[in-house]
Amino acid sequence: MSVDADTVRRIAHLARIAVAEDEISHLQGELNAILAFVEQLAAVDVANVEPMTSVTPMAMKKRPDVVTDGEIAEQVLRNAPATQDGFFLVPKVVE
Amino acid sequence: MTELTDLTIAQARDLLRNRKISAAELAEAHVAAVEGARALNAFVEETPQSARAMAKAADARLANGTAGPLEGIPLGVKDLFCTRDVRTTAASRILENFVPTYESTVTSNLWRDGAVMLGKLNNDEFAMGSSNETSFFGPVVSPWRRKGSNQDIVPGGSSGGSAAAVAARLCLGATGTDTGGSIRQPAAYSGIVGIKPTYGRCSRWGIVAFASSLDQAGPFARTVTDAAILLRSMAGHDPKDTTSVDRAVPDYEAAVGRSIKGMKVGIPKEYRVDGMGADVEALWQRGADWLKESGAEIVAVSLPHTRYALPAYYIVAPAEASSNLARYDGVRYGLREPGRDVIDMYEHTRAAGFGKEVRRRIMIGTYVLSAGYYDAYYLRAQKVRTLIKRDFEQCFAQGVAAILTPTTPSAAFAVGEKSSADPVEMYLNDVFTVTVNMAGLPGLSVPGGLDASGLPLGLQLIGQPFEEETLFALASVIERAAGAFTPEPWWSASGQA
Repeated sequence: MSVDADTVRRIAHLARIAVAEDEISHLQGELNAILAFVEQLAAVDVANVEPMTSVTPMAMKKRPDVVTDGEIAEQVLRNAPATQDGFFLVPKVVE
Repeated sequence: MTELTDLTIAQARDLLRNRKISAAELAEAHVAAVEGARALNAFVEETPQSARAMAKAADARLANGTAGPLEGIPLGVKDLFCTRDVRTTAASRILENFVPTYESTVTSNLWRDGAVMLGKLNNDEFAMGSSNETSFFGPVVSPWRRKGSNQDIVPGGSSGGSAAAVAARLCLGATGTDTGGSIRQPAAYSGIVGIKPTYGRCSRWGIVAFASSLDQAGPFARTVTDAAILLRSMAGHDPKDTTSVDRAVPDYEAAVGRSIKGMKVGIPKEYRVDGMGADVEALWQRGADWLKESGAEIVAVSLPHTRYALPAYYIVAPAEASSNLARYDGVRYGLREPGRDVIDMYEHTRAAGFGKEVRRRIMIGTYVLSAGYYDAYYLRAQKVRTLIKRDFEQCFAQGVAAILTPTTPSAAFAVGEKSSADPVEMYLNDVFTVTVNMAGLPGLSVPGGLDASGLPLGLQLIGQPFEEETLFALASVIERAAGAFTPEPWWSASGQA
């Protein structure tokens, strides 16, 4: 499989990365080089093989559903590019 | 007496405990070495003030008998580990001004045991790279050079700053992370020891995430014993990481020098790849001979799915990265670029904040997870991963205790030498190391010798899950036979490193 210019634009938008028109063909070439490389996996017989979902066999650990942290709004906001009155500030979403 | 920066961790520990040297003077010698080696670009943030304060506290504990196992030992920290009140960037522009309000579990463990922080070490952006050339802060230059050449060589990656700093004697040890070989490959390129422990052995909490099912922290050091000492402090159960294993941490140091008599060591025929240098091939044979002379039994083994590990990795790792890096949206932390609306702001922030290798991997990951392609790529890669892991399990079931391979197919290359249009050329550096991450196994790289041009080569030992002690025992045999390798300190004005 390989990607065309439109697909590159669509992936970039899905990934929320702005890509300039003059970067498209270069990016298309690089993505297709990687896709050509991974193409060899098509040769592997994976019939009746379970996908790996856990690296080490272990049951998911659980803990009581209680509050263990919090009341640190100032710390949470400290690295934000824009805040106001204890909230994250973003460009207007709803008109 | 030898230079303080030439000491091993084990030697420094004994001298500190016997009060022959102070933590303050040891820290001072390393602070000076770091300042004198800026030409290597190994550090992205030097923290001499914390180093002095931590050393002072260490001296107090050494005096009153409450010293920890790493008391007064100066270390460097890969800039992927969050450090409280010390800028943590993952070597990315998007985190250029990020100052964590918390400390990663692994570094907390090191400070708990008395270690001293010298600063934060350069790496490939978000650990995506094999040469430390994708860093926003510029490439790290290896302390090693080819014989008769002054061309800059890469230290390997992604933990290139860690490897260069330890090899150049700027710190006694350093932390790294390994997703596809990012500890073992730079350790091999820099002539030092590095171990990626079993997945789950070290907590991932507070480490900037790349590919969560593959990422694992581990140490760099100049000797096998030192790596064992560091791993013991770094490892351990952490309730904040659900994949962290609740299992006692052994005294790894005690395994160094342990007999390997009768131990079965496998040589996988699939690792004899095209393009492997004659020096590498010869070293691999020498490594097997050294182990045999010490009583190990060398057996031929087969890992038939080896060749599929790298392509499967380049689906799984970007897929997980595209998901993990979705958090960098210009809202909660990091860079923000203005936009017409919120989506436009996201797109411009991420375009400006991520470098080209990171953007490329996020896009590949987004593509292989997108509707209509998930089964063909991601699901298939996860099945191939099962087969890769099965290969190792079948090998271990035949009584094989560990597997010996070269760490890389060749020695390090020059800065800028592999910047062609085809990203796959760079990926091939990791052909011998990614299999280990795909299977979640422990892997250690130990220096084996120099190639014809005078650059270091490493041997990799792959072990059964949680059998790091076996790797330390085998590696110490190789270390004894091969000796240690030290670069000439060309970067230091005084000629002393």
